[in-house]
Amino acid sequence: MGITTFKPATPEQLADAVRWALDAGEPLELTGTGSKRALGRPVQAGHALDLSDLSGVVSYEPEELVLTVRPATRMAEIEAMLRDRGQHLAFEPPDLGPLYGLPLGGGTLGGVLAAGLAGPRRLSAGSARDHFLGVAGVSGRGEAYKGGAKVVKNVTGYDVPKLMAGSFGTLTAMTEVTVKVLPAPEDTRTLLLHGRSDADGIRALTAALHSPHEVSGAAHLPESVAERIAPVASARAAVTAIRLEGFGPSVAARLAGLTADLGGIDGVLDRGESLAFWRAVRDAAPFHASTPDTDPLVWKLSVPPASGPRVAEELALALGDVEFFFDWGGGLIWLATPRDADAAALRGALAPFGGHATLVRGPDSLRAAVGVFQPQPAPLLALTQRVKASFDPRGVLNPGRLYAGV
Amino acid sequence: MKMPPPDPNIIAKRRELVDRLRAIVPGEGVIVDEAELRAYECDALTAYRALPLVVVLPSTTQQVSEVLKTCKEMGVKVVPRGAGTSLSGGALPLEDGVLLGMGKFNRILEVDYDNRCVVTQPGVTNLGISTRVAERGFYYAPDPSSQIACTIGGNIAENSGGVHCLKYGLTTNNVLGVEMVLMDGTVIRLGGKALDQAGYDLMGIVTGSEGLLGVVTEVTVRILKKPATARAVLIGFPSNEQAGDCVAAIIAAGIIPGGMEMMDRPAIHAAEDFLHAGYPLDVEALMIVELDGPAAEVDHLIERVVAIANDHGAVSARASTSEEERLLFWAGRKAAFPAVGRISPDYLCMDGTIPRKALPLVLSRMQELSERHGLRVANVFHAGDGNLHPLILYDANKPGELEAAEQFGADILTLCVDVGGVLTGEHGVGVEKRDLMTHQFAKADLDQQQRLKCAFDPDGLLNPGKVFPELHRCAELGRLHVSGGKLPFPDIPRF
Repeated sequence: MGITTFKPATPEQLADAVRWALDAGEPLELTGTGSKRALGRPVQAGHALDLSDLSGVVSYEPEELVLTVRPATRMAEIEAMLRDRGQHLAFEPPDLGPLYGLPLGGGTLGGVLAAGLAGPRRLSAGSARDHFLGVAGVSGRGEAYKGGAKVVKNVTGYDVPKLMAGSFGTLTAMTEVTVKVLPAPEDTRTLLLHGRSDADGIRALTAALHSPHEVSGAAHLPESVAERIAPVASARAAVTAIRLEGFGPSVAARLAGLTADLGGIDGVLDRGESLAFWRAVRDAAPFHASTPDTDPLVWKLSVPPASGPRVAEELALALGDVEFFFDWGGGLIWLATPRDADAAALRGALAPFGGHATLVRGPDSLRAAVGVFQPQPAPLLALTQRVKASFDPRGVLNPGRLYAGV
Repeated sequence: MKMPPPDPNIIAKRRELVDRLRAIVPGEGVIVDEAELRAYECDALTAYRALPLVVVLPSTTQQVSEVLKTCKEMGVKVVPRGAGTSLSGGALPLEDGVLLGMGKFNRILEVDYDNRCVVTQPGVTNLGISTRVAERGFYYAPDPSSQIACTIGGNIAENSGGVHCLKYGLTTNNVLGVEMVLMDGTVIRLGGKALDQAGYDLMGIVTGSEGLLGVVTEVTVRILKKPATARAVLIGFPSNEQAGDCVAAIIAAGIIPGGMEMMDRPAIHAAEDFLHAGYPLDVEALMIVELDGPAAEVDHLIERVVAIANDHGAVSARASTSEEERLLFWAGRKAAFPAVGRISPDYLCMDGTIPRKALPLVLSRMQELSERHGLRVANVFHAGDGNLHPLILYDANKPGELEAAEQFGADILTLCVDVGGVLTGEHGVGVEKRDLMTHQFAKADLDQQQRLKCAFDPDGLLNPGKVFPELHRCAELGRLHVSGGKLPFPDIPRF
């Protein structure tokens, strides 16, 4: 039997396709525009479920702070529509396309939610999960169902949308998603400190996050990485960056207050430069490359923020030739390693600190072999498998994308 | 309210159960005396009561694990309980079940300022966390009205919120990690001090699961630096419509207040009579908008909010000029429930969320319902996020009034769903709204939620009778209907 690709245009057709898969005992790989196909483990499925026709805005009500779309709606379209009304997705979804040699703007909101991605504002505004209010979709049982709702405050029944965030299409093929939208900040400024060591940089970020100045971005970039981001390249030094956003008078007052608290700063990025800088941090731009055969591996580590510099030190010791930078006040480490770096050594170095590592870019063979996502302790893996089975008992939706068999 | 019928076979095994529980939790940790059991017969939803078979008060995770394992072996149901402040009957005991009180888990284990989090046992109160970190100017953001009494473990069960949650989120947005025990005694950890967790977002499902999935034994929460300043504006409107429009206009102007609360005429009068906060009595709707943040921002936004209010027909708009005045504005709102208690022997507090634009419609329909059921209603609500709290006034001593009040409440909640909202915004489904779940969710939606429950608790022993209107056996929910050996569906586009 050759490869069958289903391209449903309606939830009913989607349910039919899943029922076909159940019938035939043939799992499906779910795709939207395919921009994140290289993220996660390679799917163990011989047939394809192309969801790209399930796109379009269902409803957008700025005053209700709620947006409902079909999942394959392009991020570029959504961002432009929100911008027109002075709003945005506060979790600042990254565009990882260029990390995989793809153009910017290729992704969909469904993909962003299914991958559970969030950018620098994660530390103040939360992640994709925190803004995911409602979902409708087809389970691996071929049943259409919905969870959550289309209002910003809801505790009725289990919070099913949360579970969809970061599930990589292994539980449900989504047909409609509702997210919370928020006012976009009127102004943005970024304070810069130059030449700090990793430890001193993170200490400065911690001090800023302990101030009442409502920091919405806190990153530290060693010199070799900083020099690849245009607005800060000219410093020719490590860059510690702190973002302030909000109403004009508020940003101005906080900028003055924080400058005093930090005992002086080395520079300020204006609004345009700030937007460009944080977009680069968000998308891991220093690690963009377009030679898939020789690209370094890229990992994303989520750790207790204050331990960031020590984790990085241990990683350098364990893996040798690595590059990294910090976001989320030290809690997110973007790491590039040679292609033959030992994944077990990486996870071993991380273990004493808590947190977890995700292989964001690497060849298929490696992603299947080492596990893209942090291996789970046995009892948690067993629960994970039972949760998977509750939605998709025959494993027809993206099997293996998250863990072997899940 | 029908609960699952008590199983006489379980009740007959009470002696054995007590012996086995005493071997796990020694001394006074196992309660069997009827007079002492009475203290646990209901939570804050006092209309429903039941005497638990046994109360167990463990003090370690190991004990919780062994208690659950024992109950699973014996087929005994378990109802977890924090401080018992649930308003939806989430901790209502079962006559053939163990009530698992978590009150002895009352220690804060670690304050980690560098990682801006607190690791605590679940029996610590919500306010207790904020109090502990106040010395360094931090606080825990979600602030349910019961925060002085309710526990963080209970907050996780109910996904509690409060006035702050429009801006700072609910419990689910502020919890970083939990240790929990599954019904078979397995101890698992979800999340930790890192911002993101690996794998499925099981913490997202556990938060707000109303004690149906597991028992939380340790919690890691995010703490925030207290805003530099806070000011409130007290705004009176001649109509609910104008107040509703003003709320929408504030949001449309890009302003997310720290709190935005509204009261209708009966609630304003009750509160003012009770507390003399200086509320205007000649208005139909009163709004409190609180701005918090740097002083420069707050001053700037207060001006904008007052201007927006004036554009929307406000007859009065007073901004607080001192901390005393701000607290006085809030005093009336915070005392609204007891204030209403003074003008009526009893009241039912409902809790639904609506899209804000439906507010004028819902308020006028509520007035019609009030006339139809012959009962008064007072409204206080979280205007910023559309979370209504209608207080239905009745007299339990008058025959039929409780039933009328319950019916009135159900009518309000179904109305909330009909206009695009939900049955509960913060109090939970519990037993109170359980039978209305089919109004919001279709069978397939509820079946899928119950399958999730089965993944955690296949025998359905944890807090049965809550949240879901029908109890299904997991085997029955697990069946899969496949049509059998057909060709690929011809009408789906294929390439």
